Amino acid sequence: MPLLYPLVFAAFLFSAGVYGVLARRNAVMVLMSIELMLNAVNVNLVAFNAYLKDQLLSGQVFALFVVAVAAAEVGIGLAIVLLIFRNRETVNIDEVDLLRW
Amino acid sequence: MTGQEVVFLVLAVVGGLAGLLVVTSRNIVHAALYLVVALSSVAGVYLLLAAPFVAFVQVIIYVGAIVVLILFGIMLTRAPVGRRVLDNTLRARVGAFVVGLGMFTMLTWFMADAWSGERIAGQAVTTTAALGTSLFRNYVLPFEAVSVLLLAALIGAIVLARRD
Repeated sequence: MPLLYPLVFAAFLFSAGVYGVLARRNAVMVLMSIELMLNAVNVNLVAFNAYLKDQLLSGQVFALFVVAVAAAEVGIGLAIVLLIFRNRETVNIDEVDLLRW
Repeated sequence: MTGQEVVFLVLAVVGGLAGLLVVTSRNIVHAALYLVVALSSVAGVYLLLAAPFVAFVQVIIYVGAIVVLILFGIMLTRAPVGRRVLDNTLRARVGAFVVGLGMFTMLTWFMADAWSGERIAGQAVTTTAALGTSLFRNYVLPFEAVSVLLLAALIGAIVLARRD
């Protein structure tokens, strides 16, 4: 399989995630787009691991680390979203502008 | 074109379309379900790249846990529906489209420039034993750091979400 196949697939998923983060205003949708971007990174890591035939399996190990960090991120993120919803009755990120100058 | 490439292209088209629908769907629950399709096709890509353990971890953690967590988040924030509450203004969406398209073009261009003739060939399937050996022999310190991070995230999420 050409190395470019998974790389272009990952680039597409990452760009879709970037679009989602910028174009959505609902905080849960932004979290979902971030998951897409993290997955694109993982595809890259596993593809290069297979391409380089790494003896240490670094790509796959770091893909597992990224999955764990993504789980932590989405847990904390949803807790913050729930807290915002409880306090302000909205999860639109453009209405949460308390720190805006 | 080998059978592996055909399967990969099918998975990539399905996953790419599902990824697009995640970021454009007007219904937030549909978006979460399209996310399941996209993440599952990424798991299939891991299988094709001879990484079965990562593929199963992807299915268990992403499809099994993270999507369920997101669905709970949607439910607890009263699942708003419609373009007006889910999407930004038209101006911001056009800007986001330009950024996303530019990023895809740039990444594809650079990678085609750097790795256009290279092939992934003759990779042996990674056994779970080999992955575990590498994880607990060469990467045991980052592994412990990740476990502490997960503990911190767990405590933080409980502290944030509990009602006093």
